[in-house]
Amino acid sequence: MPILLTVLSVSLITTTLAVLVVISDRFLNNYGECQLDINDGDRVLTVTGGSSLLSSLALNKIFIPSACGGKATCGLCKVKLASESGPVLPTEEPYLTDEEMAEGIRLSCQLKVKENLTLFIPEELFRVQQFKATVTKITQQTHDIMEYRLSLVDPSEIEFKAGQYMQIDSKPYGSIRESVNRAYSIASLPSDNNGIELIVRLVPGGVCTTYMHEHLKEGDSVTIRGPFGDFYLHDGADELIFIAGGSGLAPIKSMVFDILEKKLDKKMTFFFGAVTKKDLYYVDLFTELAEKHDNFHYVPALSGPEEFDDWQGEVGLVTDVVDRYVQDAANMQGYLCGSPGMINACIKVLVKLGLSEDRIYFDKF
Amino acid sequence: MGQGMEVSPIVILFAAIFTSNMVLANFLGMCSFISVSNEYKTASGLGKAVTLVMVVTTVLNWLVYRWIVLPLGLEYLRFIIFIVVIAATVQIIEMVLDRYLPDLYIKLGIFLPLITVNCAILGISLFMVIRDYGFFQTLFFGIGSGLGWWLAISALAAIREKIAKNKLPYGLEGPAISFIITGIIALAFIGFSGIFIIQ
Repeated sequence: MPILLTVLSVSLITTTLAVLVVISDRFLNNYGECQLDINDGDRVLTVTGGSSLLSSLALNKIFIPSACGGKATCGLCKVKLASESGPVLPTEEPYLTDEEMAEGIRLSCQLKVKENLTLFIPEELFRVQQFKATVTKITQQTHDIMEYRLSLVDPSEIEFKAGQYMQIDSKPYGSIRESVNRAYSIASLPSDNNGIELIVRLVPGGVCTTYMHEHLKEGDSVTIRGPFGDFYLHDGADELIFIAGGSGLAPIKSMVFDILEKKLDKKMTFFFGAVTKKDLYYVDLFTELAEKHDNFHYVPALSGPEEFDDWQGEVGLVTDVVDRYVQDAANMQGYLCGSPGMINACIKVLVKLGLSEDRIYFDKF
Repeated sequence: MGQGMEVSPIVILFAAIFTSNMVLANFLGMCSFISVSNEYKTASGLGKAVTLVMVVTTVLNWLVYRWIVLPLGLEYLRFIIFIVVIAATVQIIEMVLDRYLPDLYIKLGIFLPLITVNCAILGISLFMVIRDYGFFQTLFFGIGSGLGWWLAISALAAIREKIAKNKLPYGLEGPAISFIITGIIALAFIGFSGIFIIQ
């Protein structure tokens, strides 16, 4: 009897409180219908107030890039507001510079929609969609790099520019209880629009890369979003330098193949930096491509080849190799993808070779 | 025990701030006291939020205890009941502030969820039961304990800010020096005893 009374009273009290919280949420958190005016009236959305701008936009199929899922830890979901949106919250401060605050930029995951808002969203984000996809093929490329072929199920077609990236949601595994999302560049061609290829390098301790390498199997379905990013071919030069390291090869592969497929009149040199021969991949593919096309050169470089590698190619850091190959870069464009350390070093070399910084495009990860 | 009815609420108020300070005499609510006391501004914000939540939850818990727990003979469940009442109240306070006092919400908002797990809040509710306080005694006890906690964390944060640039032996940096400072402040607060006596 006392046990019953205990259970009953605890359940009753907690239920009452839960009901109270729900009721207050209903009344206090009810800001009615709010209008979101996007890009000077280009799109006007009517949303129910009370939730974050990020999730309100996502409900209307506008996906602002976000890697943390609304916890204010990645700082990616910045949105520019034209209307008054209240003061910047302490949770946003670390991610916004003073200039950004002055311009009215906010983290959309922290900003609650309570009134009509006027905001600006870059046009290309409207093309972002959420896809259901199936893993059709997993290929081991090197000891720590895998290639994934995903077939799009719903929607079944994608439109993107070579060089852009997608976000993939991981599922909980082992001691990881949460789903996270991470960004990976598309390695396949825009013309191949029923699926995408991603190249993922295993980062020791990385939540999503471990999930992809150890838990994702052929036939699994995944949720992806995209395309994101402004790392794609820009007009203004006939001679292009591509530099990549590790899985940074992915967007470069897409761009090079896209340019060759469209028969654009560009001269391209692709420098790929690795440590030893076991870190190289797609060598045959690019070597063949270089043999077939006069306007494409492929220069793989090893910074520390093992003796048994029997390496005949370039030796040295990729920056040194670029320095040796290129005399005057002034009229070229540089496209770099790799680790921040590698990219910063490459920018220095390219600037030294006469290339101005505004002609260098990069994707750091 | 059981003499609560005789003490004046005003005495309880001052005692709770000074001689029986929640942190300095009872060492409750230490986790946030140590971890959120780097900066005076933030510490003071947390102090205000704690005071607000403390007053509201202590009074609510008094009502729940007198009208529900005692009549049903559920005293042994008071820990669970108090903590769920606190959790729900904090949620609701957060929503009310967000709706009607957005400025205050922006200042206190990020601290509110943190306060649910502040043991000083639960401690107050349990003390008020043990000491058999009446309604006004409970109300003033809540106000006093909140103000006392605010005073203590503001004092610690102000001192930590002052000594932030001083060189400390490696092992004494961070929480270690905070504990020493807390100890010294506590010693100073003992000096108040004799002025007000609680219990």
